[in-house]
Amino acid sequence: MPDKKSKRKLLLQGNEACAMGAIDAGCRFFGGYPITPSTEIAELLSEELPKVGGKFIQMEDELGSICACIGASIAGSKSLTATSGPGFSLMQEGIGYGCLTETPVVIVNVMRGGPSTGLPTCTAQGDMQQSRFGTHGDHEIIVLSASNVKECYDNTIKAFNFAEKYRTPVILLLDEVVAHMRQNVELPARSELVIINRKKPEVHPDWYVPYDRDLQVPVLADFGEGYRYNVTGLIHDDLGYPTNDTSEIEALTSRIMRKIEDSTDDICTAELIDCENPDVIVIAFGSVVLSAREAIRKVHLKNTRQNQRITKLKKLWPFKKDWRPARIGLVKLETIWPFPDKILDQLIESCRNTCKKIIVAEMSFGQVFREIERINRGRLPLDGYFQVNGELAYPEAIFKKITGVLS
Amino acid sequence: MNKGRTPDHVVFKYLRKNKKFPHIFCQGCGHGIVLGALIRAIDKLKLNIDNLVMVSGIGCSSRAPVYVDFNTLHTLHGRALPFATGIKLANPDLKVIVITGDGDASAIGGNHFIHSCRRNIEITCIVLNNNIYGMTGGQYSPTTPVGGSSATAPFGNIERPFDICDLAVGAGASFVARGTAYHVTGLIGLIEQALQKPGFSVVEAVSQCYTAYGRRNKFKSPSDMLRWQKENSIDVRAWDKLPPEKRAGKIKTGILADHEYTEYTREYQKIIERAAGGDHEKE
Ligand SMILES: Cc1ncc(C[n+]2csc(CCOP(=O)(O)OP(=O)(O)O)c2C)c(N)n1
Ligand code: SF4
Repeated sequence: MPDKKSKRKLLLQGNEACAMGAIDAGCRFFGGYPITPSTEIAELLSEELPKVGGKFIQMEDELGSICACIGASIAGSKSLTATSGPGFSLMQEGIGYGCLTETPVVIVNVMRGGPSTGLPTCTAQGDMQQSRFGTHGDHEIIVLSASNVKECYDNTIKAFNFAEKYRTPVILLLDEVVAHMRQNVELPARSELVIINRKKPEVHPDWYVPYDRDLQVPVLADFGEGYRYNVTGLIHDDLGYPTNDTSEIEALTSRIMRKIEDSTDDICTAELIDCENPDVIVIAFGSVVLSAREAIRKVHLKNTRQNQRITKLKKLWPFKKDWRPARIGLVKLETIWPFPDKILDQLIESCRNTCKKIIVAEMSFGQVFREIERINRGRLPLDGYFQVNGELAYPEAIFKKITGVLS
Repeated sequence: MNKGRTPDHVVFKYLRKNKKFPHIFCQGCGHGIVLGALIRAIDKLKLNIDNLVMVSGIGCSSRAPVYVDFNTLHTLHGRALPFATGIKLANPDLKVIVITGDGDASAIGGNHFIHSCRRNIEITCIVLNNNIYGMTGGQYSPTTPVGGSSATAPFGNIERPFDICDLAVGAGASFVARGTAYHVTGLIGLIEQALQKPGFSVVEAVSQCYTAYGRRNKFKSPSDMLRWQKENSIDVRAWDKLPPEKRAGKIKTGILADHEYTEYTREYQKIIERAAGGDHEKE
């Protein structure tokens, strides 16, 4: 094992990078139930966690897993669970509990084909909306994604940091391709990492108000630290006791929304590649970013050939109209929820007079598309490439969509 | 209220000072008696309350933790045990008690219950069995007797009931005992022993729900239900000598299993020591 100060060059799978990110983020508890295509995370952590004094447990189902993780987190351990489709559906009640009790926990959902048992070994992105709206009741939640192996590592750490900072469950939404793909990566030295740990109360236990409504994010003690308080999944007052008082209900329900809504500038990121005055914008997340990049590369290749032909032609016939290669912008979504409204709104506004079309490419029947439609408010023409057949979105198909706009 | 009891009575010592009373239990409910027995057992053992965690699911019984001044976690219907498992494994120094109802433990949480027995992690699980879903208004539970009337069995229950203790014994719990709200001193003793057991311990406390069960099933009052507990309980030592026909419809009480099985968190600690002996950097 390299020491804390050295960088690590490794050939890793997405799931392995995720497990390593968890350990480096300070995760010391994993509770899970085996399910393809997420199982490698559990397998690796069953070996790695005890080496650093952490705990691994294989629970009897996924709802039990998320509950064990929340319990462990309340007892002071940064906790992780990893699952896929059917397991993610089973976890929903626990995820809601984590939101209302404001317990940090990270859930990796490696998306596979659904609904139901669906396509266990095939890729998909059909849980994008479920990750936000899967559990009942109004709540906010943070959902991140990754489009390559390095991002699996980085965003696992980011997920833990957000979970601790905002005291909330955070979901890392991977897909089968990203989770199983292998790439050479250089992981940063552990000493270079920015790791956020939860705030601890400083007041005397007698004066402790666990869910103080004056604080947007409560400062909750770990069980066993001398601050004896009540945690409940019922709507509760400042002291954590169940309440039916309308003003107390409103205070809590709106605070758990606001603590995330008011921090979107801190939470939301999206990478804008070649997005100055684009003729076409492609929007994608996860492994579809790989397909989109390949499609765009092909468009550029075609452009270069076209350019060479036109330069030659111009020598013979100088009156030929000027031609410039098309500019294709790519938006790689990183934060999935809260959806990066502001970033996309500004982008659309900046190119509303020049851009010909936005193409949303995804492996679902338009779950991202509907968010883009909402933000776009009719400003730019929209098109979607929706591929739901178990395979990684075909670059050729995205290429055709782009060239269709340009011709 | 509390006639003849001064606030320095042992139970008051452990109740939350800042909690908005009254509690939710109906008059005559057995759950308060069982909670009182648990508190007295905790007091006898002089457990450190900063270190004490009480976890519950959902139901009338599961409201108990809200009132006591420990680290308390009121969770999801049927899921108290996995939450408790996470807590105990993350910090084995904590003393973890689970409070659950018959529906909570043996219907929706049945799978967690048997696996907790099998896994044998040091948690004391107190099942408050009132043979009915009290909180939702009296629907039949997996422990409602055959023929019992409930809101969802208006023609009489036709499902055979679970014996929660047999279930726990069969699934491998280290310590299994049954007491009743009527025999409260005996119950305190059983809980005390369960709390000292280094393994998964189950105490089934037969409790009475007059509101949702008794009224529908020919009991005249909560005290009538307590009298029924008194007259129908048979200590395990006497039970073994009875012919089967005399056991029907009776409650077998006392310690029903007491074993020394390897405990999960201690076994896991060995794994940590083994793994840390490898080449991995220690932190
Ligand atoms: C997932 C889920 N399903 C159903 C309920 C509704 N519910 C609340 S309490 C309860 C029954 C509780 O019965 P029991 O565990 O026997 O406890 P008691 O109220 O009798 O003490 C039910 C069905 C719920 N809260 N959550
Ligand atoms: S409904 Fe039954 S179990 Fe619930 S508080 Fe009333 S008497 Fe007790």
